[in-house]
Amino acid sequence: MDRFIEIKNLVKLFYGQGFLNRQQKVLRAVDQVSFGIDSNTVFGLVGESGCGKTSLVRALLYLDPPTSGEVWFDGTLLGRLSSRNLRSFRKRMQIVFQDPNSALNPKMRIENSLAEGLVNRKYPIRKRTRRIKQLLDLVGIANAHRSRFPHEFSGGQKQRIVIARALCMEPDFLILDEPVSNLDVSIQAQIINLLLDLKEELALTYLFISHDLNLVAYFSDCIGVMYQGRLMELGSTEEIMQHPCHPYTLKLFSSIPGKQVVAAQDDDGQPQVSISGRSAAFVESCSFSDMCPIGTQSCCEARPSLNNIRPGHQVACFNV
Amino acid sequence: MTGTNHHPLLDIRNLDVSFEQHKGIAHALRGIDLCLKSGEILALVGESGSGKTVTSMSVMGLLTTPPSRVNGGEIIFQGRNLLTLAENDRRKVRGKDIGMIFQEPGKYLNPAYKIGEQITETLILHFKMTRRSAVGQALEFLNLVGLGKNKRVLNSYPHELSGGMKQRAMIAMSVACHPALLIADEPTTALDVTLQLQILKLIQSLKDKFSMGVLFISHDLGVVKEIADRTSVIYAGRIVESATRQQLFENPIHPYTKLLLLSIPDAAKRGTRLRAIPGTVPDAENIPGGCSFHPRCPLVEEGCRREIPPTIDYGDGHKAACFLIGKKWIDS
Repeated sequence: MDRFIEIKNLVKLFYGQGFLNRQQKVLRAVDQVSFGIDSNTVFGLVGESGCGKTSLVRALLYLDPPTSGEVWFDGTLLGRLSSRNLRSFRKRMQIVFQDPNSALNPKMRIENSLAEGLVNRKYPIRKRTRRIKQLLDLVGIANAHRSRFPHEFSGGQKQRIVIARALCMEPDFLILDEPVSNLDVSIQAQIINLLLDLKEELALTYLFISHDLNLVAYFSDCIGVMYQGRLMELGSTEEIMQHPCHPYTLKLFSSIPGKQVVAAQDDDGQPQVSISGRSAAFVESCSFSDMCPIGTQSCCEARPSLNNIRPGHQVACFNV
Repeated sequence: MTGTNHHPLLDIRNLDVSFEQHKGIAHALRGIDLCLKSGEILALVGESGSGKTVTSMSVMGLLTTPPSRVNGGEIIFQGRNLLTLAENDRRKVRGKDIGMIFQEPGKYLNPAYKIGEQITETLILHFKMTRRSAVGQALEFLNLVGLGKNKRVLNSYPHELSGGMKQRAMIAMSVACHPALLIADEPTTALDVTLQLQILKLIQSLKDKFSMGVLFISHDLGVVKEIADRTSVIYAGRIVESATRQQLFENPIHPYTKLLLLSIPDAAKRGTRLRAIPGTVPDAENIPGGCSFHPRCPLVEEGCRREIPPTIDYGDGHKAACFLIGKKWIDS
């Protein structure tokens, strides 16, 4: 197991409410997802809202333990850890949330927010103070502002503090869940630069979630394209940007605004049908088959799995 | 005076709006000029707090006074100054001649009324239609925005529709009265990329169909590049640069615009650091004196701190407000 993080056949199911109809309503939020992340690289996860990105992340961190599948973290199988061991293991993986305004407790001074993890690990107070100063330096917030409340900071500064908090336990794996999408355009670049610097300085590994394809293409080394709980395409950024193969990836790329690419001819005003629940019967077909421009009969009868089409480039489609 | 093509559809002149708050006066708009012709899409780009939404709300007359106060300027729409109209006349304009699409369709649709009731309401109110003909008309418009000519959507409550469908329903509602001007306030921000493109195309096709003028408000330069005929960049309540799409994206002349364009991440910039703009967007309560961009501008000179640069036309309607144009420039 030489990859830093290895996910194998991860499945997360959500069951309908009420125990009487348990068997009837199963939502396949994450469906047989497998990928790996090398140490000190960035894996970009792209997909529309509701495609299961956040469920995948929560399952990966064992915040919502996955229904089945394996998560290997630096040679350790997370599913086999006891809950106590898992807790201490979580020091090594942290998450930065999308909205810095709701990720910080408005009634806590930021030094207390930052210290919480350290207090839980029973750091002595002097060590805590030193560590907080170090962290604030790292993300470019003046140490004099440590006793302020979150509302006294701007959005970009708050996101810096959230990043500092995620770094406080010295993790080596950071999940960035749309870290800049709530920030102003002129601030986004500052935060992205900060994240790149931190990655070099602290040898971090990132799982980067975003719907901004330009940003993912800039930021990540590998890209996974997700659609309705499944990975559709996986490969290095160069491969995916230069030779996107899956029809869904093509559709996504053609809708990047400002690129002036002629979009696939499937969207002349036709709204997408919202799929509120994917039933178990849905398993046996490609989830993109009903909207696919190159779909055939076989797409509705069997589900494609990720196949290598070039070294380091996998696509889940029969017709590529 | 109205209706001729030589007169702009909407002409905002030197509009100045402030808000009185307990912590001081927030000067949201400090003399902005915008000009929009029929059949044209004018994009207003800026960061949060720069005054984009205040502009659209002022045109619609949706700001409550107090706390808001219009200190000066004119909003001339089809030859009439909207700011001097009586509330009664203004209500006839709002929703009929000027339609508006809001950012979050989920928030601006009334959750307690069916979609059909919300669309027919404006038709019955403005055109004195009977309920039956209004329903027929509403169906036509739902079909037009791509929701199909069925009564299912008409009889749904907003929560039964997906985000994209809600936005389409909202667009149907705003164009139901054939407005001459459509204000779209970040209509795609809450939507996914694939839906975003569909909605942009829809707005464009409706614009052509009804030959409306569209005031398109956005913070996303990519979206603006896709849709706008002309673009104005707003910063801290002032327009810093106005130009056609091509001029603005290929040859920006204001440092703020240039830096914004440089800071957009792109696959081509991989491995290099992004050109970030240092500092933060100023609050409307304490806007820096002189050119409001001077604390963040890499080219700043002494004069920028003292005086507000005037807006000058640099040919072909390419206007900008900066002292240093032609003297100093940012190397990319």
